[in-house]
Amino acid sequence: MTSARPKIDFDAKIPNNVDLASDRKLQRALERWQPNFLDWWGDMGPAVDTKDVYLRTAVDVGREGWAHFDHVPMNEYRWGVFLSEHDPDRKIAFGEHKGEPVWQEVPGEYRADLQRLIVIQGDTEPASVEQQRFLGATAPSLYDMRNLFQVNVEEGRHLWAMVYLLHAYFGRAGREEADQLLARNSGSDDSPRILGAFNEETPDWLSFYMFTYFTDRDGKYQLGTLKESGFDPLSRTCEFMLKEEAHHMFVGTTGIDRVVTRTAQLMNEHDSEEVAGAGGIPLEMIQKYINFHYTVSLDLFGNESSTNAANYFTAGLKGRWQEERRKDDHVLTDDAGAVDAVRDGRITTTEVPALLALNQDLRSEYMGDCSNGLKRWNRILQKHGIDAQLYLPHVGFNRQVGAFAGQRISPDGKMISEEEWTANEGRWLPTDVDKTHVRGLMHPVLEPGKIASWIAPPTNGINDKPVDFEYVHFN
Amino acid sequence: MTVLEDAPAAGQAPAPETVPQVDFDTDPAQYRHWRYEVDGETAWVYLDVAEDGGLVPGYELKLNSYDLGVDIELYDLTQRLRFEHPEVRSVVLTSGKDSNFCAGANIRMLAQSSHPWKVNFCKFTNETRNGIEDMTANSGQTWVAALNGTAAGGGYEMALACETILLVNDRSSAVALPEVPLLGVLPGTGGLTRVTDKRHVRKDRADIFATKSEGFQGPKAVEWKLVDETVSRKQWDETVRARAAEAAQGSHRPSDAQGIALPPLRREETADSITYPNVRCELDRDARTATITVLGPEPGTVPESLDRIHALGADFWPLAMTRELDDLILRLRTNELEIGTWLVRTQGSIEGALAFERVIAEHSGSDWLVNEIRHYFKRTLKRLDVTSRSLIALIEPGSCFAGALLELALACDRQYMLEGIFEDADEEQEPAQIVLTESNFGAFPMGNGLTRLQSRFYGDDETVAELHERTGERLTGAQAEEAGLVTDAPDDIDWEDEIRILLEERASLSPDALTGMEANHRFVGPETMETRIFGRLTAWQNWIFIRPNASGAEGALRRYGTGRKADFDQKRV
Repeated sequence: MTSARPKIDFDAKIPNNVDLASDRKLQRALERWQPNFLDWWGDMGPAVDTKDVYLRTAVDVGREGWAHFDHVPMNEYRWGVFLSEHDPDRKIAFGEHKGEPVWQEVPGEYRADLQRLIVIQGDTEPASVEQQRFLGATAPSLYDMRNLFQVNVEEGRHLWAMVYLLHAYFGRAGREEADQLLARNSGSDDSPRILGAFNEETPDWLSFYMFTYFTDRDGKYQLGTLKESGFDPLSRTCEFMLKEEAHHMFVGTTGIDRVVTRTAQLMNEHDSEEVAGAGGIPLEMIQKYINFHYTVSLDLFGNESSTNAANYFTAGLKGRWQEERRKDDHVLTDDAGAVDAVRDGRITTTEVPALLALNQDLRSEYMGDCSNGLKRWNRILQKHGIDAQLYLPHVGFNRQVGAFAGQRISPDGKMISEEEWTANEGRWLPTDVDKTHVRGLMHPVLEPGKIASWIAPPTNGINDKPVDFEYVHFN
Repeated sequence: MTVLEDAPAAGQAPAPETVPQVDFDTDPAQYRHWRYEVDGETAWVYLDVAEDGGLVPGYELKLNSYDLGVDIELYDLTQRLRFEHPEVRSVVLTSGKDSNFCAGANIRMLAQSSHPWKVNFCKFTNETRNGIEDMTANSGQTWVAALNGTAAGGGYEMALACETILLVNDRSSAVALPEVPLLGVLPGTGGLTRVTDKRHVRKDRADIFATKSEGFQGPKAVEWKLVDETVSRKQWDETVRARAAEAAQGSHRPSDAQGIALPPLRREETADSITYPNVRCELDRDARTATITVLGPEPGTVPESLDRIHALGADFWPLAMTRELDDLILRLRTNELEIGTWLVRTQGSIEGALAFERVIAEHSGSDWLVNEIRHYFKRTLKRLDVTSRSLIALIEPGSCFAGALLELALACDRQYMLEGIFEDADEEQEPAQIVLTESNFGAFPMGNGLTRLQSRFYGDDETVAELHERTGERLTGAQAEEAGLVTDAPDDIDWEDEIRILLEERASLSPDALTGMEANHRFVGPETMETRIFGRLTAWQNWIFIRPNASGAEGALRRYGTGRKADFDQKRV
């Protein structure tokens, strides 16, 4: 395989490795969008007044050493456009165009679909920044505050990635959509974000870790399927975004690690499950947060059987997770798949053409991935000599989208009555009391190396820096 | 019509053809897909489709998409607003769902349906939308579409039938006609026509709009005249209320009137007959004919006052008869596909028909109920005009084709009138007569804007004027034939053979060719939005429906929802 690594022009007004300097029209368009982005960042980005933050910035797209770390004022962050390496021999791996060379331009036939995919993906990126706008004010440590801001600036960069595609390949309609990405705002009454889950505020840090673990993981899987796209610029964009996304999930995984660790410590110290009084988050409460965030994220995968997903696959726009490693014909016109269904009051499956079962396929991959975190956290509990275990609820629990929407299903997967649901809802999902407790624990800890009472310190710092490094400077 | 964003799976092959007997009876207590609330002079109509409420198995009505069952309720609802709610002066059409307004006709339903089913469905939905426009124009009930989410395909077409369209400006909701790009068919419930003819969108922009599957959001939709106004969510409720109040202004509806109830129709059915108090229908399945007899009113039963008319309500003969005829036409059209010829008869006293006629003429300008009844009969006649059956009027002794009822005969493709009497009849007979009245000169225009007489004598205004001079005259068979009002006037000796041969000959001809021929002959002269919808748009749509590019195994309609792309025959025809 020959590969060309496009060089990054880091000195340009908009850092990029897409040779923006040679495309004056595109450059002008993006430079016109840039101030709007900065205004948006000022209005909707992190609300904490910082001098600078120890952030990583992408400086290359190669396998090693792609990032540079330094203290930078956030509004001077070098947001740019980076595509992963170009493979001139790449072929479309699936669908009816399988085997044809990938497209370097948008095929007219698929303009609308591709634009829609990019707009929906693009809409989620700034949304999470907006959702997390006020979290910095209650960070449990400078280390965590820095991680939050790292996630935020990179979501901002992901917005740039999508905006680049819209500007470069979709003409005026694309530019208008790029403007709309800044005009819609999370939770706005007037013009909310497209997906419901992205209009909920992230009210506390437990929710933030849960969001980065479960909801950003949905993003990972969506990006993974777009990475397979026959539209090469989209594929290369998403491949690089996945690299950044890995850190976001790391923040979630280790964040929950540390919450569980702290809870386990407090349980042992007080020889009781009731650690709320001691300034911790009881295991039961953690479980409720898992139940909520996991199921809301499952909804993001859409209906079990989906015409849109099938169309995208056949057209070569959006593949399956790890498409090229799969051992089938990658066309799927003759295959069948089973999707979840509720029939006659029972949870069962229905057989549908495999093409229609792609959402369920992706969700299953995601569910498998999610369970790894549970194993980690249960190992932590075990190490502390605690028998209780955390678990993932049944796929049908608390669902608003798809076959299980409107059904009452317990976390262990039983169909239950409305009365039974009402009687137990507070045991399964965060109650106002739980939320108030968690929010009550959210006090900022701004001294380097210090940590809030409800969470254990991290085991390592960022980029080999010590945990007590001054990750954030304030004005 | 059209477009379901994300259709549920039902397997790749269309479900076996299921053609249920369709019943048009419903009432608000039975609605599954609509609800309405009357608040002062405004009725708020909410589309809130039950996903599992499809008329036929095999599809789920996701995203507020609709099928015939949904539209039957809408039709019933419009009738109830007209007759049961005289206080209503504006109607707000909106969605009961949070997420979208309406995704149009359900695609899986269309894909699995037979051609006649699709055509009947589209015709009925078109008639209801035309009826909504008629409410705005003639009933003093002005419709406002409040699109609180995306209106795609048939969803936008429903809005197009309203006088004013508001679209929420939330930077996601849009109006769209995605039929061409996504399904390979047309927005056939008036969409293409109303965009240009009613909203005056430039043709190049209409071209872009109808090929851009995602459509346009508020500001652009306003700029292109696809909607009248786009409103932020914050201002939404207030603005919609304000527009509803403005729409109510200038209505001629009374503020203190009592509505009349529309109770269930009294209908008796056997295998070969449908009988109502005022309309009878006998089916001859071998001959493939239906004989429809409208029973005229008795002379002595004419109500002496408006109060009495209101007290009679749905029992007032013109309304009772029209409801029954309307129901019969819908049933025969939908459920009796092989009954290709309808024989239209009347039975009753000419005096009675004329007496009722005078009551209607006297009050239709001033009384809301009488006005409604006149327009209802007008719309029912229009249903006949677009019915794909051979219509033959038989004018015999004892019939009462006078004035408004004569329109029934004039709506037919041919009129046969007995000259003289049946010599062997048991009872003593008066020879058949017909009578022209003012009603035949403007009260019941066809879709082309002309009266049935103007259409009949198209390009010959002189004859129409001469006929106008002869209103009130009792015309016998020979006179009517002479005046050009009937096709033929055989006498007793020839009558039976003439009619038998005519019907046998008719039954031997191609049903498709007849449908096309009759539609061409019925609608002469000028085009209106209505004729363009039923003629140009529907005819093209029905052609596209049967083409392999839409309904072939590899066509866009059949492939929709399978995840596989249509394989088009690229030859332009």
